Amino acid sequence: MRVLRSLMPPVLALVVIVAVWEALVRVLDVPLYLLPPPSAIARAAATGLGDLALAASVTARAALYGFLLSAVIGTLSAIVLSASRVLERALYPYTVFLQTVPIVAIAPLLVLWFGAGMRAVTVSAFIVSVFPVIANALAGIRSVEPALRDLFRLYGASRFATLTKLEMPSALPSLVTGLRVAAGLAVIGAIVGEFVAGFSDSGGGLGILILSSYRQLRTDLLFAAVFFASMLGLLLFGLVNLTGYFLLSRWHPSARETRAAH
Amino acid sequence: MVATEPSTGAPLHAVGDARGVRVHVEHLRRVFAMGMPVIDGLDLDIAAGSFVALLGPSGCGKSTLLRLVAGLDRPDGGTVTLEGAPRHARVAFVFQDAHLLPWRNVLENAALPLELSGVDGAARRGEARRALADVGLAEAMGKLPHELSGGMRMRVSLARALVTRPDLLLLDEPFAALDEMTRQRLDDQLRALWVRLGLTVIFVTHSVDEAAYLAERAVVFSARPARVVGDLALDLPRERNAALRTDAAFAKEARALRDALERGGA
Repeated sequence: MRVLRSLMPPVLALVVIVAVWEALVRVLDVPLYLLPPPSAIARAAATGLGDLALAASVTARAALYGFLLSAVIGTLSAIVLSASRVLERALYPYTVFLQTVPIVAIAPLLVLWFGAGMRAVTVSAFIVSVFPVIANALAGIRSVEPALRDLFRLYGASRFATLTKLEMPSALPSLVTGLRVAAGLAVIGAIVGEFVAGFSDSGGGLGILILSSYRQLRTDLLFAAVFFASMLGLLLFGLVNLTGYFLLSRWHPSARETRAAH
Repeated sequence: MVATEPSTGAPLHAVGDARGVRVHVEHLRRVFAMGMPVIDGLDLDIAAGSFVALLGPSGCGKSTLLRLVAGLDRPDGGTVTLEGAPRHARVAFVFQDAHLLPWRNVLENAALPLELSGVDGAARRGEARRALADVGLAEAMGKLPHELSGGMRMRVSLARALVTRPDLLLLDEPFAALDEMTRQRLDDQLRALWVRLGLTVIFVTHSVDEAAYLAERAVVFSARPARVVGDLALDLPRERNAALRTDAAFAKEARALRDALERGGA
C-alpha cells in the first residue's frame, strides 16, 4: 500500500506529460521528423522491437564490461593510492583527468588502439565511469575511524588483514555510492563510444541505431532507441542498488533507513 | 592474587597466566608538531597488578601518556618499559567510545584481537564467549552493534580487550559518554574483573568520584604539560559497592583528589 502511494506521483506525472505531449503535437501539427508524438514512438518501438533489443544487448554488454572494469580497476587503484599519502598526492590529480577528458575527442584514438567495435566501446565506457569509483572508494578507505586503526595496530594486524577486515568493509557504503554513479556513466560511455567506434554494419549497438535513425530522419525510432538506452542505465543502476542493499542492509544505517522509509 | 578460571571456553593459557606487568615510565617527553610539549620529563612507576587512575583536566596529556604506554605513539624522549610478563607483554586498550566493527556481531567483535593474531576459529570463539560471559553479555552474542544500547556496546568493547587475557589493560575515559547508572554498573563490573583477573589496570578519567571509587592509587596531573601534582594511595576497602559512594572515607579521599586537582591549576 505504501509502495503504491509512493509510486503514485511519478506515474501520474508521466501520464500527464505524455498526454500533453501527444495533444500538443497533434494540435500544432508538428512534423513527425521534428517531434513525433508518444504514440508514434510506441509504434516504432513495437515494429522495430527486434532491432532495438539486439542493439540494446550489444550496448548492454559493452556497458557492463566497462562497468566491471571500472569496479575492479577503480577499487584496486583506490587501494594502491590509499597505501601512501605521497602516492596519493602524486597520482590522484591525474585520475581527475579521467573525469575531465572529453571522451568524444579521444574516441578516435581508442579506435586506433583497440580497433573499431566492442573493445574500443568497452574502453570508452570504462574511461567515463572509473573516476567516481576511485574517488568514492578512496574516500571510504580514508574515512576509517582512527581508533579502529589503532586497535588493528595494537594487535599486530598485517597490512592485508587491515585491508580486508577493516578498510574494505568500512569503505563499502561509499564504494557502492561510487558504483551507482558509475553504472549510469558506463551506459553513456558505451553509447558515445559507439558513435565513433561502433560497427555500423550488422550487430551495432544503440549508439549506431541512434545515428542511423537520425540520418534517415526516423525520429520516432531515434526516440525509441534513447528510451531503451535510459532503460539500460536504469537497469544497471538498479542492479548495483540491489547488490548494495544486499551487502549493507544488515548493518549500515543508509540501507536501514531506506528499508524503514518504504 | 590468583585468578579464578571461568568454566566456559577453551583456555589458551595456563590458569592465572595474566598476572599484570609493572609499568615504568622514565623522563618521558612528547612534543606535538608546532607547539609546547604535552609531556615533558615525566617519571611514573606503576606496580604489577595494581589499579591506577590517572586524573587530570581535559587536554592535559593523560590520553597521550596512555597511548605512549600502549605503544600506539612514539615518545620524543625517555622510555616506557613493561616488566614482569613471562613473554611479550599483552596490552589491551579501551577507547572513549566502544568502536566496534558495525558489520560484525558481538561474538565476532569480541574475538577480533585473537583473529588478528592468528588464533583459529573454534579457539578464539571459545575465548570470546568466556570474555563476553565475564562482562555479562552471554545472551547477546549474535546481535549486531546497532542493536545494542551504549552500555552494552561498551561492555563488548571491554570483552574484546579482555579476550587476549592481557597483562595490562589501558582505559581512556571509557564510560564518560554513558549515563550515570550505566556508568556505575560498569565501574563495579570492571572493579570485580580486576579483583578476579589480577592484571594491571590504568584508567584515565577526569571524574574525581570515578577515580576514587575504582582505583587503589590515583595520580593527579596538572594542565599541559602534564606534571604529577598528586600521587595518592586510596585507603578504601578492596570490596566496593554503591554504599561506598556515600561513605565518609570515600568523601575524604575524593576531597583529597579534588584538592590536588586544584593545586594543578585545573
